[in-house]
Amino acid sequence: MAKRAMMEVVDQDPVASLRILFGRLLEDAEIGAVLVAQHLNKGGVPMPALVTDPERFEYADPLAPAFPINAAKIVSRLSRRPAGETVAAVLRPCEIRAFIELVKLKQGNMHDVLLLGIDCPGAFGNTDYARYVEGNGSRSSVDFLTAAIRGKTSTEDGLDISPACKACEHPVPENADVIIGMLGVDVKSSLFLYAGTPRGEELLSKLNFSEIREPEDRRSAVVELLERRIAYRDRMFEKTTEATADLEKLTAYLANCVNCYNCRVACPVCYCKECVFLTDVFDHEPAQYLRWARRKGILKMPSDTIFYHLTRLAHMSTACVGCGQCSNACPNNIPVMELFRTIAACTQRAFGYEAGRSADDEPPLSAFREREFSEVTGGKD
Amino acid sequence: MKEYEPTIIAFVCNWCTYTAADLAGTSRLIQPHNVRLIRMMCTGMVDPKYVIKSLLEGADAVLISGCHPGDCHYINGNLKARRRVKLLKEILPRFGFDERRLKMTWIGASEGIDFAETVRSMVLEIKALGPNEARRQIM
Repeated sequence: MAKRAMMEVVDQDPVASLRILFGRLLEDAEIGAVLVAQHLNKGGVPMPALVTDPERFEYADPLAPAFPINAAKIVSRLSRRPAGETVAAVLRPCEIRAFIELVKLKQGNMHDVLLLGIDCPGAFGNTDYARYVEGNGSRSSVDFLTAAIRGKTSTEDGLDISPACKACEHPVPENADVIIGMLGVDVKSSLFLYAGTPRGEELLSKLNFSEIREPEDRRSAVVELLERRIAYRDRMFEKTTEATADLEKLTAYLANCVNCYNCRVACPVCYCKECVFLTDVFDHEPAQYLRWARRKGILKMPSDTIFYHLTRLAHMSTACVGCGQCSNACPNNIPVMELFRTIAACTQRAFGYEAGRSADDEPPLSAFREREFSEVTGGKD
Repeated sequence: MKEYEPTIIAFVCNWCTYTAADLAGTSRLIQPHNVRLIRMMCTGMVDPKYVIKSLLEGADAVLISGCHPGDCHYINGNLKARRRVKLLKEILPRFGFDERRLKMTWIGASEGIDFAETVRSMVLEIKALGPNEARRQIM
């Protein structure tokens, strides 16, 4: 069985080569459907599409530097009950990590899904991607990719990948069944495929790939990228901690929030069917607002903005994978991801937990022991 | 000038601490009157947002008190509550809240004296700490 394989790239175009691979998944590997990002509309953002016809990968482009949605939510929809056949989902590392969190929260299932993870050099925010496509031709994914895996993600017209991607210390999809490796590889001539699980190994064998060794430059390329990302992340933590150190500062930080709750909708791990902030718990009586206003002489409307963000931090920061979709969805450019990642780093550390690391780790707020955290109750347990 | 009187919101469970508070009352134990008791069926149903809302709306401190581990009427609600308090103690101080404004205790149904003492010492501690500025800081 092949654990590691090299896939030759045709016409120096890794995107076209992946389209051929996806077709083979349907034809040779007993995969019922492939979920992969596709350019469905000219000039638009590539959106995940579920493909069952091997001829319909024409516009598939999982390497485009676009990230309109964290597809973990889609995979959860496709897997929450058995579908009778296997779906292969082509995902970024943060999508896989979010999906693992959803599986642990009983919102999805790993059995009927085969995860194909792609080394992720990062992606532009939605508005930046639109500007990027305007200034580039049809091969823009490949041009971006070849520069990005060498560490250059910024463009001449001043665009760059999103802050979430710059701070991401998980560019390699550790938990995928098959990893499509690009770091340390010349992507115009070949892609490095390797299995992360026995199921992945089986898939590579069905596709008749032969075993090779890991490309020589891969390890050093990953280490180098991680160093840069971690340095950026730690600077971000420091800056955000300082910018939100008390309630007055936090209020200023969130000053442009209009309570649209887009960050909650875009968040892959905010999974409640009905969020309490959208229920009639928050449909206050008009007289109630007046009472609140009278107490201080002034009440900011819409009210409960800080309350909303603090509550969301308490509810989901232990599951935050740092994908940055909250910032991407914010209409007013509030650095939501920076705040959530900074707090998530402490809450996850407090429980010795890392969101998305493993399907076997228990989520901190689902598991509990009789003897633990005695400092919380003054040393008594 | 009138002495500063803190407001403490206490989420207490029906089976243990509420009964202890009741016992403290019927035993005529002297207690300060700063505590507003909210009787819950279990501390396990105290969502973090109740604590956050209390502190944002100007409560000077929050007390969550339930059955001792092993005594929970619902087997383990109190252990879940402890994890949530741990979580809040990580989050709230990052935004300037003094960690002492959130307290968790185990007080069993027969421990009326313990309840009165907990309230007395907590009121003293919060008086020394001074008022919670949150209500003034956000509009």
